[in-house]
Amino acid sequence: MSIATTETATMEVDTQSTLATNGVGDPVQTLEQRIAALEARLAEMESRIPKDKVTMVVFSGDLDRVLAAFIIASGAAAMGQDVSMFFTFWGLNALRKQRKLQGKKLTEKMMALMSPADTKHMGVSKLNFFGAGAVMLRQMMKEKNVTSVEELIDLCAEMGVKMVSCEMSRDVMGIDPSELRPDVETGGVAAYLADALESRVTLFI
Amino acid sequence: MTTDPTTIQVHQELDVRGLNCPMPLVKARQAIVKLDVGQVLKVISTDRGSVKDFQGWAKAANNVTLLAQSEEPGPDGKTLYLHYVQRTK
Repeated sequence: MSIATTETATMEVDTQSTLATNGVGDPVQTLEQRIAALEARLAEMESRIPKDKVTMVVFSGDLDRVLAAFIIASGAAAMGQDVSMFFTFWGLNALRKQRKLQGKKLTEKMMALMSPADTKHMGVSKLNFFGAGAVMLRQMMKEKNVTSVEELIDLCAEMGVKMVSCEMSRDVMGIDPSELRPDVETGGVAAYLADALESRVTLFI
Repeated sequence: MTTDPTTIQVHQELDVRGLNCPMPLVKARQAIVKLDVGQVLKVISTDRGSVKDFQGWAKAANNVTLLAQSEEPGPDGKTLYLHYVQRTK
């Protein structure tokens, strides 16, 4: 082995072959195996950590609650989170664009008539006083320049917030899919849970 | 914030005075994605909650950083809250 001129270049190569021939190559191999195993575990763990996602179940059909839901959704979307909202039971009223009565059974018609036709007809959860509470809330919001629920819903849709209607409760409550906003998807409990399980934040409103 | 606001080079100003939660944040987000990486957005707000909102946004999002925040009295007596947000990704 030449020592003088190509010392540094051949040094590494020589060290490797020396190690191999001496049987001291084993620790290096073991280390490499352990590193490979660690990398595999890390990859698996990374795939299981919660993502930058926020999921919500909107169960309530009250103006104040629905407002809170959409404020959180738009705030989260503004912060770069992936937002999904699942509307079920009374929350479905928030997604309704128009009320339909034809083709429905009597119980479904009654349910439709007694539910708010859309967000503009929603009452507040407390102190509603047959609708006066909702009117007052809207007035106070206007005075303080707070964005209305209707505008917030459109804003959320614009920002890519996923809105899903619960197929089962929609059917039970006799709401026709054509009554809801066209940009709303439909799903079941697993659709909600699949998103919720990988979200860092999940809320029930 | 350790940066002195007067030393920051601002590339765009966003006036959201009079708008309340969540609009300052939403509009800031819409504005920042239109900037290039490294550019700075100056947000002028009258919303007191915006101070913590912008801190929270910078902490949670990985594409922006908050360079500085400051307060100053506005023309009509209302306090103005200024936020200097830089796009990092």
